[in-house]
Amino acid sequence: MSKEKLKFAFYWAASCGGCEIAVLDINEKILDVVAIADIVFWPVAIDIKYKDVEAMPDKSIDVCFFNGAIRTEEQEHLAKLLRKKSKVLVAFGSCAHQGGIPGLANVANKKEVFERAYLQSPSTNNPNSVTPKTSFKVPEGELKLPEFFDTVKTLDQTVDVDYYLPGCPPPSAQVAKVVEAIAKNELPPKGSVLAPEKSVCDECPRKKEDKKISKIYRVYEITPDPERCLLEQGIICMGPATRGGCEAQCISANMPCTGCGGPCPNEVEQGAAMISALSSILGVGGERDLDYDAEKMIGQVKDPLGTFYKYSLPASFLRRRRIKK
Amino acid sequence: MTEEFEPKIVGFLCNWCSYAGADLAGVSRIQYPPNLRIIRVMCSGRVDPAFILEAFRSGADGVLIAGCHPGDCHYIAGNYKAQRRGILLKKLLEQFGVEPQRLKIEFVSASEGAKFAAVVKEMVETIKKLGPSPLKVQMEGLTYASG
Ligand code: SF4
Ligand code: SF4
Ligand code: FES
Repeated sequence: MSKEKLKFAFYWAASCGGCEIAVLDINEKILDVVAIADIVFWPVAIDIKYKDVEAMPDKSIDVCFFNGAIRTEEQEHLAKLLRKKSKVLVAFGSCAHQGGIPGLANVANKKEVFERAYLQSPSTNNPNSVTPKTSFKVPEGELKLPEFFDTVKTLDQTVDVDYYLPGCPPPSAQVAKVVEAIAKNELPPKGSVLAPEKSVCDECPRKKEDKKISKIYRVYEITPDPERCLLEQGIICMGPATRGGCEAQCISANMPCTGCGGPCPNEVEQGAAMISALSSILGVGGERDLDYDAEKMIGQVKDPLGTFYKYSLPASFLRRRRIKK
Repeated sequence: MTEEFEPKIVGFLCNWCSYAGADLAGVSRIQYPPNLRIIRVMCSGRVDPAFILEAFRSGADGVLIAGCHPGDCHYIAGNYKAQRRGILLKKLLEQFGVEPQRLKIEFVSASEGAKFAAVVKEMVETIKKLGPSPLKVQMEGLTYASG
């Protein structure tokens, strides 16, 4: 077999490193990857410099798996560079797909993030109030750091994206499937989300009986019945508004889905979908009771933005908090 | 700015009660400000939260959802759902830095032409005081929030 090997690249932008582990988590299948492809760029594992990537011919990388959101000038530059050098660009993981956890910083701006991180956090000791600057003069010359943006963006708000592989991180079975599809040249049409066309609820083994609740519990407040749907027991579970592919793994560990799979197929706004779903079951049937109070009922939801957009704030319709000047 | 700010308000009115109420306001020649763009829906429960967010994203200064009175919804409980969604969305809008008063949920029956006019009038006044939606400015470019 003298077929020429494919060229893969991996990159991490604003992410936690979990996606890199997810690649390794495909275990021995990583050997299949190496059998079909040469890895030409992977900052976490191999020492290839940015200038080496710049020197590569355009479209010479077959598939680039890009994880992380875009929040700095450097990440934006690499997104553009890798787009230019790659035939296929895959938004890998929740952060590249929808903004992910780093995207929650869109409730603040650069100034607020820096104040919190470098000045106010209880574990910080910074008597001279030093915060990062984009350039700094030292006797030896000028030091430079990339600009930190006010707003976190998804990968496809930055460059054209071919495929999305959701999850925080993407489940290894999903990653393995995608690698197989690439090897067989069986990728679906451009723009596809590389995950099943169903919701987490569809994959969830719990018994669903009566979607009707009047009280909401935080996870630590009750011990849920291990057989029954968590949402029906008053624990906010994002399953109905989240795309499957993970086999409902959090729910199997007795924790509610927090939504890392992104919006369900045919849904554009994950948060809106969950607001709709929750409002349809919270307080249902009790509306004619004398003590029914819609405000109180809904008041039990303490943090709608953080709960419904945990992984998708930058991809949401409103994208970020508006900060008064 | 010398010209007075005229807010754009999107109104989702249910076919059976509030749209008929708006109609009645019209045939009764009750005057109310012309800032409302009405969209007729079969039931207030048909209004997906995404529609409301999309209206704001597209530059609406306010959104009105009006449906039948409690107990009167032709699909039994659509108005209760709309009300709960509305309350939740107001909380969410606040977290997004958008004044919750820009979203209004009202019950208006087919016979309440005068009430409908009063609701619109009051809403227009409220939003005039608030000024243009911050999201309108945001749409122009994400650098907005740097302040
Ligand atoms: S809401 Fe959560 S616990 Fe209930 S069926 Fe869906 S995924 Fe399972
Ligand atoms: S259950 Fe939800 S949060 Fe957990 S892995 Fe699946 S999609 Fe992600
Ligand atoms: S039909 Fe009017 S609110 Fe449902």
